[in-house]
Amino acid sequence: MNDPVVSLVGVRFSYGTHVVLDDLDLAVGAGESLALVGRSGSGKSTVLKLIDRLLLPDAGSVVVEGRDTREWDPINLRRRIGYVLQEIGLFPHLTIEENVALVPRLEGWPVERRRARAHDLLELVGLPAAEFADRWPRELSGGQRQRVGVARALAVDPPILLMDEPFGALDSITRQELRTEFQRIRRHLRQTVILVTHDMDEAFALGDRVGVLERGRVTFGRPALTR
Amino acid sequence: MRLLSFWMSHREELAGMVERHLFLVLWSTAIATAIGLPAGIVAAHRPRIGRPLLAAASIAQTIPSLALLGFLLPLPFIGGIGPRIAIVALILYALLPIVRSTAAGLRSIDPAIIDAGVAMGMTARQLLWLVELPLALPSIVAGIRIATIVGIGTATIAAAIGAGGLGEYIFRGLSMVDSTVILAGAIPAALMALLADGILTWVERRLSSGHRQRSAAVPLAVATAALLLIAVAGSAGLGATRADTIVVGSKNFTEQVVLGELLAQTLERRGIRVTRRLNLGGSFICDRAIRSGDIDAYVEYTGTALAAILKQPLEKDPDAALTSLRNAYGRSGLSVLAPLGFNNTFAMLVRHEDADTLGLATIDDLHRVEAQWRPGFGYEFAERADGYAGLLKTYELRFTTPPRVMELNLVYRALSSRQVDVIAGDATSGLIKALNLTMLRDNRSYFPPYYAVPIVRSAVLLARPELREAVNELAGRISEDDMRAMNASVDVEHRDVAATVRNFLDATLPN
Repeated sequence: MNDPVVSLVGVRFSYGTHVVLDDLDLAVGAGESLALVGRSGSGKSTVLKLIDRLLLPDAGSVVVEGRDTREWDPINLRRRIGYVLQEIGLFPHLTIEENVALVPRLEGWPVERRRARAHDLLELVGLPAAEFADRWPRELSGGQRQRVGVARALAVDPPILLMDEPFGALDSITRQELRTEFQRIRRHLRQTVILVTHDMDEAFALGDRVGVLERGRVTFGRPALTR
Repeated sequence: MRLLSFWMSHREELAGMVERHLFLVLWSTAIATAIGLPAGIVAAHRPRIGRPLLAAASIAQTIPSLALLGFLLPLPFIGGIGPRIAIVALILYALLPIVRSTAAGLRSIDPAIIDAGVAMGMTARQLLWLVELPLALPSIVAGIRIATIVGIGTATIAAAIGAGGLGEYIFRGLSMVDSTVILAGAIPAALMALLADGILTWVERRLSSGHRQRSAAVPLAVATAALLLIAVAGSAGLGATRADTIVVGSKNFTEQVVLGELLAQTLERRGIRVTRRLNLGGSFICDRAIRSGDIDAYVEYTGTALAAILKQPLEKDPDAALTSLRNAYGRSGLSVLAPLGFNNTFAMLVRHEDADTLGLATIDDLHRVEAQWRPGFGYEFAERADGYAGLLKTYELRFTTPPRVMELNLVYRALSSRQVDVIAGDATSGLIKALNLTMLRDNRSYFPPYYAVPIVRSAVLLARPELREAVNELAGRISEDDMRAMNASVDVEHRDVAATVRNFLDATLPN
């Protein structure tokens, strides 16, 4: 593997006395898509939060683009990372277009440029801008909202994309549809993707590589995993 | 109908009071929002600081408004008579709803939305301005709405300390025992509250229904700008009171307002410019006001001044009383000018028919009814050394029923409507004749003399020698009958105070 974009070395993390991650090693190469599976409570989301510096490890180090997250300015780091949450967290007081264009706005893009970018991204995730740009989050279905969530995460074309159970709250048909859609999007953009899910099918459909998070560590290539 | 004609004949004054009322409420709500909004944000983000903050705001809310004004009165900077102290009190009342609703609005935001903001790299400030405040806005507006409505109601009390506003009609109406005048102030205040409620509820709905923020922001901004303009216009009138004008004050009952007006008109006849701060409240408030220089002159009564203000032993001899008064006031930089003539002593009053059937003529005769009768007094009489306690002691009276204590202005009405049976009133009250009351003779000479004397700040007398001359024109010119007639003219015949005084002066001091 060439230089990893994201690597975790000997990471330990605990909530109070409850140790979630223990001596965890993980490396993700540029343009790679890694899917992490695990039961709820296995620390999947914690791994993503450590990469986005929403949390800092108790021991070991989390390195993003060659720099320890402790040394990163958290705001700069997060602007280089797109984050798709299971609950999506669209801003209810902003239109779809404004939601997608928010990070470009924070980055100080001119109005016309961020508008064009938002429209392009909406087209990319299958929501025609003419129809959706001026609508409100509450007027959309769950699947449509999650597409907006993906578009928002991709807004400034960040080199890294983190996805936390992105399609978990959706019905199975919509989930299948979004998976296909996401595979199509992946062919357009070559982000490094780290995705966590409890769904094996989803992990194998979206990940170039699938890791299992268990007892605080990640193991790869254990085909005998039962489910 | 009387109400309508009252409004018509007082429309300029009414407009001024409405404007002043708006001025008080708008400034206090605006300042409370400026303080309460950040405090609410802190309360939501840091519960450890927020909890005591909310507790403090809650405590401020529970202090009765008159008591709060009383506490604030002697404080430096914010104390003193006038709108400043009223605005401070109104701010204290407005804080709780604003802090609480701001904190509640922020706390009720879905955590996933905050997470999304943080995860996309928003700074705390960006998160606050772009996400948290817009989402909490309907709740914040709801808090401001409640604060405004509470403020409009509470501001009526501000008239008690001379801050003006619609409460002036309410207090004036109380002292005249005239419900039309009370309504003349109460109805516009209620309408104002309803209107504010309607407008702000509408704004709140616009904001929360997810319409474009901009569409609600425009009328909101226009309305705010218009109201602020009124507030600024109102405050412009405030600054222009001092300079070379003499500020005349008075307590808050009819005779005092008449006497204040009398002083004012007498000065004006001599070409001296006057600002009226009438209806200020009780003796203590007037005394504080003149000592702090908020007012330059008011009329006090010798007995009241000695016993209640200067805390000196009661003095039955009028001349000796005047001398010790001059000495005591002189030390505080206040001058006592020549008495106006009449003696407004306390009068024990009963219904005329009772006096007739029971043969009551003196206070001693009350022994015959002390087991059945209920006395009624104003607050001052109940508390003062020369009041109720001394009366019981001197006359060895023992009323079985405890006295009812109420607003001085209500006591006469309470007597004639048989809620109480004997009251302490003023010997010069215009209501004595109007309500057919009989005054019992003070046969043991309990009540000290209460001669009316103008009290003026000595510094002002030095700077304006013509002032003493003008005031002394009134010396000995007002008899008990004159005073009773003027009181009756206002209280019973509902004549204008200014017109009543003008008629009296035209007849008494022909130029």
